Amino acid sequence: MATSQFTKKIPGTDGPEPALTPPDLDAAATAFLKKPKLGSGKTRKRDMPEGLWTKCPKCSELVFDKELDENLKVCPKCQHHFPIGARERINALVETCSFEEIDAGMLSVDILKFTGVASYASKLETYRKKSTQLKDAVITGIGKIGPHRAALGVMDFAFLGGSMGSVVGEKLTRLIEKATEAGLPLVIISTSGGARMYEGMFSLMQMAKTCAALAYHARAKLPYISVLTHPTTAGVMASYASVGDLIIAEPKAMIGFAGPRVIKDTTQAELPPGFQTAEFLTDRGLIDAIVPRLEMKEKLTDYISYMMAGK
Amino acid sequence: MKNVLDFEKPIYELQIKLDELKSHPEKHSIGIEFEEEIALIQRKIEETRKQIFTDLTPWQRVQLARHPKRPFALDYIKDAFTDFHELHGDRRFADDRAIVGGFAMIGQQRVMVIGTQKGRDTKENILRNFGSAHPEGYRKALRLMQMADKFGLPIVTLIDTAGAYPGIGAEERHIAEAIAVNLREMTLLEVPIVAVVIGEGGSGGALGIGVADRVLIMENAYYSVISPEGCAAILWKDRTAAPKAAEALRITAPDLLELGLVDGIIAEPLGGAHTDTQATAAALKDRILKEIETLSALSAEQRLKGRYDKFRAFGHFEETAATPVSA
Repeated sequence: MATSQFTKKIPGTDGPEPALTPPDLDAAATAFLKKPKLGSGKTRKRDMPEGLWTKCPKCSELVFDKELDENLKVCPKCQHHFPIGARERINALVETCSFEEIDAGMLSVDILKFTGVASYASKLETYRKKSTQLKDAVITGIGKIGPHRAALGVMDFAFLGGSMGSVVGEKLTRLIEKATEAGLPLVIISTSGGARMYEGMFSLMQMAKTCAALAYHARAKLPYISVLTHPTTAGVMASYASVGDLIIAEPKAMIGFAGPRVIKDTTQAELPPGFQTAEFLTDRGLIDAIVPRLEMKEKLTDYISYMMAGK
Repeated sequence: MKNVLDFEKPIYELQIKLDELKSHPEKHSIGIEFEEEIALIQRKIEETRKQIFTDLTPWQRVQLARHPKRPFALDYIKDAFTDFHELHGDRRFADDRAIVGGFAMIGQQRVMVIGTQKGRDTKENILRNFGSAHPEGYRKALRLMQMADKFGLPIVTLIDTAGAYPGIGAEERHIAEAIAVNLREMTLLEVPIVAVVIGEGGSGGALGIGVADRVLIMENAYYSVISPEGCAAILWKDRTAAPKAAEALRITAPDLLELGLVDGIIAEPLGGAHTDTQATAAALKDRILKEIETLSALSAEQRLKGRYDKFRAFGHFEETAATPVSA
């Protein structure tokens, strides 16, 4: 049986975090050529060890996990963009060893002592345990994108749905301020369900706080590229994610203010086909360009080259 | 008992009795005076009102904030302002009637006043879209605010919305972007800005005209990141848990002041703003004038710095020594 020749992953070493070295994009792009023949694989999938293959939800192809990782979590067959962790993204974007993380130890606190069905404190604990490399929903730092030093903030949906609380707001605001001070271009890659309601109004105020910092970054005539990835909605979309000089999106990303169910319930109307996708919003003038994940580094490098040309 | 909240009913019932007694004595042939009874009921009303309104639950305050008789933005513009010249349209697509704005005088001060506006009846609610603005509303607001900035007029915003409108057209014309641009641009307006949450402060839709030097809130208004019902639906999987959510979210005026999220509370009459709209409007006017006076004494630079620092300071977190991961 074809599957028996692969060893099972050692528990604890899997998860969203890749090796520190960014994968070789060229190799990744052609990786599908080396894909083992699946042939009659479909009838045998029940026998396969778990955590080794992933079934693409779009084309139903079984993709070898290692190959999926090397391809930046993009299905080699149909180009479906799977969710990807913040660290993986950073590794794929910056020059090796150029990224210096800032505010790595910043943690959320349960300021309101919020107790719903579960308390915020216990939620935070659960999510911190889940991933050893994520302390909250954003990672920020300075790194090189191609030849350009840039301030980079990358959100991670795996931590509480990428929700924005005080930590996300503070880390991004410090990053923006640092970029303004040092005259650096800024790239924020968003994915979020919106403001973190466990922090009540403090989370809403992060919208104003980040946008205020962006106002001064813009006034210094420094470029800001906002990259929208699946999904980016609500409070994050209604603040920093929407005010980039460039607004870039990954293909098929769901992007919007209100959730589709809320809109349906409120308006009692059928939603148009493709509603709230990157493509839909490109047609309606919000998005500058849709850029596939595997081309993101190159495109960002090019954009920044133009936007920093006068500096 | 239309337009009467459950917890208002005891007062309302006493009020009916009182009105009957007051209007009927002349009809009684035996000439009995009801003065004693009237005084008794009046005392009882005061007592009941005090009892109910001195210790309101967060959910009761939310209900008061949404009270159908509560004064709306245009009521305050009529009672606290004079010489209102409404200005329409975003110069791009439409005039959104869920946000009103224009030149007005408050006391002797010329200002630009902008507010989210609800409707009093079904017809007006359709016109006002129940106070939930489309992108055009936020763009109109920004146009008027930037004009105010150009001509040195202080800006007053009156916030009363359940939230920005979650509709197809709103998404197609980028409501999130309209709000975000306002957040960024209001940061840079050099004129004094005073925002008052007069009823519902519904999330991003409220904040979209809420970046100000002073953020005030009426005593029975609320300001929240999500509606109590929405929060209850997500965290309790049950919209009827809204009273619990209202408590957990800390959205009442006293809570927000304690947390440092608003700069001041404007007192309402015992019983709520709708029980004495003139007195409420007078209190609002006094406070706004006072704030504008204080802010006008500062330089534009001081105001901008103050506004930035105020929003910059929001948030609570812990900083631990963690090894940054290089890549």
